[in-house]
Amino acid sequence: MTNRLTTTFAQPRPSLVCFITAGDGDTAANLDALVEAGADVIELGMPFTDPMADGPAIQSANLRSLGAGTTTADVLRYATEFRARHPQVPLVLMGYANPMVRRGPEWFAEAAALAGVDGVICVDIPPEEDDALGPALRAKGIAPIRLATPTTDAARLPQVLAGSEGFLYYVSVAGITGKQQAQIASIEANVARIKQSTDLPVAVGFGVRTPEQAADIAKVADGVVVGSALVEICGAYGAEAPQHLKTLTAALAEAVHNAR
Amino acid sequence: MNTPLNSFRTQPDERGHFGQFGGRYVAETLMPLVLDLEREYRKAQSDPAFQAEFDDLLEHYVGRPSPLYFAPRLTEELGGAQVWFKRDELNHTGAHKINNCIGQILLAIRMGKTRIIAETGAGQHGVATATVCARFGLPCVIYMGAEDVKRQSPNVFRMKLLGAEVVPVTSGGATLKDAMNEGLRDWVANVHDTFYIIGTAAGPHPYPEMVRNFQSVIGKEARAQMLARTGRLPDLLVAAIGGGSNALGLFHPFLDDPSVKMLGVEAAGHGLDGDEHAASLLGGSPGVLHGNRTYLLQDEDGQITEGHSISAGLDYPGIGPEHAWLKESGRVDYSAVTDEEALDAFQLLCRTEGIIPALEPSHAIAAVKKVAPTMPKDSIILANLCGRGDKDIFTVAERLGVEL
Repeated sequence: MTNRLTTTFAQPRPSLVCFITAGDGDTAANLDALVEAGADVIELGMPFTDPMADGPAIQSANLRSLGAGTTTADVLRYATEFRARHPQVPLVLMGYANPMVRRGPEWFAEAAALAGVDGVICVDIPPEEDDALGPALRAKGIAPIRLATPTTDAARLPQVLAGSEGFLYYVSVAGITGKQQAQIASIEANVARIKQSTDLPVAVGFGVRTPEQAADIAKVADGVVVGSALVEICGAYGAEAPQHLKTLTAALAEAVHNAR
Repeated sequence: MNTPLNSFRTQPDERGHFGQFGGRYVAETLMPLVLDLEREYRKAQSDPAFQAEFDDLLEHYVGRPSPLYFAPRLTEELGGAQVWFKRDELNHTGAHKINNCIGQILLAIRMGKTRIIAETGAGQHGVATATVCARFGLPCVIYMGAEDVKRQSPNVFRMKLLGAEVVPVTSGGATLKDAMNEGLRDWVANVHDTFYIIGTAAGPHPYPEMVRNFQSVIGKEARAQMLARTGRLPDLLVAAIGGGSNALGLFHPFLDDPSVKMLGVEAAGHGLDGDEHAASLLGGSPGVLHGNRTYLLQDEDGQITEGHSISAGLDYPGIGPEHAWLKESGRVDYSAVTDEEALDAFQLLCRTEGIIPALEPSHAIAAVKKVAPTMPKDSIILANLCGRGDKDIFTVAERLGVEL
């Protein structure tokens, strides 16, 4: 299947994947800033009251967004409008199970497909519970993007990969978002191990904050995911966030695209 | 004992599902841990030495079996069914929570874990966890919503005396569900050495099953005691429900006794018609939170709403998945009791039986007060008195307008 994610990761250079939380500030302007500064893939976070896998930065972004009254309809509208403005840029929704399955998995998959979404990362639906959302997404041509972690051992990895589409998101540390980054040697070994078992591109995230870190990872992976550092900018600058997002994203993009 | 064809006691299935409920909705980082925990729990279950150590600690450290008590003056006052209580408030630490903590810390030690974490709302599970950690010499971190830390300062002091580190959680609404989020975040970051002692029959599989099994000592004892004392089974079991562990502990050994009806009592707070309650089954809808699919208090977008109850131990927006299944199967009836009704029942038991109950079982007593007069005098109600009320006297005094 050829889609925007496949096309993007088929490029010879590594990809920069940027995450922000929907409804935290001027979402359309923030997304445009990321794309203009060189982001290759957008992860749009769906806010949730109980973001169990997230550190303080993204927790706060979730609360700011919900506090501003963001609804699921708003998130889907941001996606629809993004797709109209950026027909070629892959868009992934990331979040937790409950808001995604609230009206039924088929409803969500249909709505996300209509909005032009390419993939969905659901933090708390492991392969064991794939039935809760995976079949509905696949039926609509949306990639269920799975996470692998340092605790995903060789025996378990095939189960994670089976049914994964789009790319594999390697979480480089056993922990929550925005905290310390793993040693590059450990990342390199784990990415190599994963790539022996799959043709899927592997993007690495959790704890990546600077262009230097991003460049190191881009040398050994197909993509680098940056989230908390961008979300902190949204929190700190509010309406002024786009220009600051642009500055950091441009530096990250240059580092990632020219890493090899 | 033979298992009947249509048994209610064979849940969950091998994937941890109770019908459509339960499961393992956790981040990938935790999945290998949760699977490992299940393997180790199965081994422990079939190890007579594990069961023997559990039984020994329950007898000599917790003080089991707890008495089965006929309440004569309450029965007379209500004028209907005989009212009996399972006295789990007489356990060491004053509630049923310790039964589960003993089981889980033995499992943690067996798995070679060297650090214990837990969440707590009212502080009862935190105190029970801190207690077993002191008993076995393991370091212990208790996550507690900052609001609850303020409301439950005596229990915070108890935990500290017992050597636990109490971490106030300020994220979200700063109550029990936020404490559980923080517990899960800690666990994700410290999977190599840390065991998470979950306090109720919820969370990812195998916790709901495991907690239920550790708490089933309540119902097993009660069933044998009732048969020995009266030669028959009770007609109705009544228990309060927050997450639902004391109720499952009482109900589960009776589930295949068709003559025994069961009533789970949720916290209706200021009333089910408003937003200020904690009745997930009667006022919520199915969803996914904290590792399992179950009934939740949530809005139309699946955002979790805050529960309210005068009882901090019932103030949780979810419920154990087995209760969700028992409700849908029709085996157990569920009702709800308001703050006011629970307060009245609290005072009623103090006055008629000389027992100060916790606010959690006061909800069960309020339900007994409603139903007993409608039942014949030769019928038997057995309610679980799952905690004592020492911790609640400040809350009750405030509500009654008394300055201490």
